[in-house]
Amino acid sequence: MNETAAAHDAEPDPLAKHVTDTRPAPAPGPVRKAFSNPIASVIVVVVTVLWTIPTLGLLVTSLRPKQDVAETGWWTAFAHPDLGLSNYHTVLFEGGFGVSGGLLPYLVNSLAISIPATVFSLVLAAMAAYALSWVRFRGSDVIFFVIFALQVVPLQMALIPLLQLFSGGAHLGTVTIIPAFDLSGTYAPVWLAHTMFAMPLAIFLLHNFISQLPRDLMEAAIVDGASHFKIFRSIVLPLCTPALASFAIFEFLWVWNDLLVALTFAGGTPEVAPMTVRLAQLSGSFGGRWELLTAGAFLSIIIPLIVFFSLQRYFVRGLLAGSVKG
Amino acid sequence: MSVTRALLADGAWTDASVKLGNMVGAVAGFLGILLVIFFVAGRASGRIARPLAVVLFLGPAVLLLIVGLVAPLVRTVYLSFYNDDGTKFLGGKNYGWALTTDSVQHVLLNTLLWLAVAPLAATGLGLLLALLVDRVRGQAVYKSLIFMPMAISLVGASIIFKFVYDARDVSQSQIGLLSQLAISLGWHHPPNWMLSQPLNTFLLMVVMVWVQTGFAMVVLSAAINAIPDEVTEAARLDGAGGVKLFWFVTVPMIRTTLVVVLTTVMITTLKAFDIVRTMTGGNFGTQVLANEMYSQSFVQFNTGRGSALAVILFLGVLPLVAYNIVQLRKERANR
Repeated sequence: MNETAAAHDAEPDPLAKHVTDTRPAPAPGPVRKAFSNPIASVIVVVVTVLWTIPTLGLLVTSLRPKQDVAETGWWTAFAHPDLGLSNYHTVLFEGGFGVSGGLLPYLVNSLAISIPATVFSLVLAAMAAYALSWVRFRGSDVIFFVIFALQVVPLQMALIPLLQLFSGGAHLGTVTIIPAFDLSGTYAPVWLAHTMFAMPLAIFLLHNFISQLPRDLMEAAIVDGASHFKIFRSIVLPLCTPALASFAIFEFLWVWNDLLVALTFAGGTPEVAPMTVRLAQLSGSFGGRWELLTAGAFLSIIIPLIVFFSLQRYFVRGLLAGSVKG
Repeated sequence: MSVTRALLADGAWTDASVKLGNMVGAVAGFLGILLVIFFVAGRASGRIARPLAVVLFLGPAVLLLIVGLVAPLVRTVYLSFYNDDGTKFLGGKNYGWALTTDSVQHVLLNTLLWLAVAPLAATGLGLLLALLVDRVRGQAVYKSLIFMPMAISLVGASIIFKFVYDARDVSQSQIGLLSQLAISLGWHHPPNWMLSQPLNTFLLMVVMVWVQTGFAMVVLSAAINAIPDEVTEAARLDGAGGVKLFWFVTVPMIRTTLVVVLTTVMITTLKAFDIVRTMTGGNFGTQVLANEMYSQSFVQFNTGRGSALAVILFLGVLPLVAYNIVQLRKERANR
């Protein structure tokens, strides 16, 4: 039983359960007993504290006044707490980085990129996975294998040609195959690129799930005269909700956290660039304004953290399933 | 002042609502078109029903894959043999440049160093924690907190650590945690961390380890829990315990998972350019392959060289991903 592969199973897998389990630990096996001593607790607690402190420092700094941040370490704030949300107001609406405009447009861009990109890839991949598992035809196995194998292609291999395609169209000799669309300044190239790159993994994962649906059910529906379109809508989609949710959460966070695709296809303008792109820019040029940079960074990680802590079970599943993506 | 503030905020919100409106429109339009197609195509009957279903269900995905991955893959390989505007065939010149230029050799060396250190550190630490964490009361909380960095973008993680590594002149009070820690431990003149080679590369790796350790821990912990009790009991009866039990029973039993975790982190490490880009911009001797590829392609517009670096990256990732996927398939077949 492999955990990474189990991520799309219908039944609750041990992995997801493990992370969300709040019951007391099960009776320790002998392997663990061998390490059973107070040292274990100490190591775990120390690592956890070490792992949490950097994020805590970011949060505390983002709440402190400018003067304090510039002059003293964030850990001194516990002795003289003077915390407030004014940095967030500045960074969202005013900018404060010596440029006009705050981070709000970028935050909105992040949402406006992530949600459609997730919906598009989820729906199109589910459709393809259904066709490959239940509308089988000659060559469908070959197509599935090719899609499966495309998982090995790193993003970097596709960036240059795809950017050329979006800006200049495709030509074979003098014949134009695909005309140049003027998509710059819109979200379309980013949506398209994310949807394209999501396909191999999404189809593979959803295929594993959809092909396991009960055969009797499908055959009964066909006997009743339902078309494939009706079966897909009224049987496949409802039954696949857990798998779809896991993948949707994974893909949403993947797109939200992505820098490479956004940087290549959205550029750095407030019209389309997401938070990650803007923060990477600011980190390079305005590294000294820590009270603003930390507030900006915290704004960009707050949504993933909310998703993580509220949907941990789906999140861990999706994440482990998708860990080889890209 | 407050009026301009309010105006600024007002404009920003209007702008935001327009964008979000467009987003909802795009999603609704997409789903609406699909529904119409489904409705119309669902009426078709007889011999065309099946082929029509195949084309409509599979067509969009296959088209996206061909345009977005297959064709670019071929084209990138093609471009890597040409000059920057794709007009002159150069043979292996771009690859020769990548393998013989000093600065690029340094980049490749750094990349190998990342590959050798970061995945092993993350997997090793993850394994240690996996062995220990279930022994501790309140394990769910510890697991969550250690896993949490996985939810954060590498850009966010880089900013978090850039702040930790912030260094100032010793005459001022430090605001970076690492400098403060070094000083209070008696190191009077800690260096500017991001500028001191080769230490800075290792400090950048810490970010990757910080992010990936939780992943390794969760996966390995599940694998250890899946070892049947009879196996470990039998080994114990035979007198194995402690370290011996660990090396001769636990590690062999979870070997596949261990290797999958290691290769997965290696793949992520090889492809990640966010950390280096955000923290040092590739300066001060910290450049890695993925970021060099980006800079060559999209900052300096050396398309040929950028493509060659992409191909090198692809060749590096290929065996790792292939191995991973084959392992996962095998596991699935065994179930």
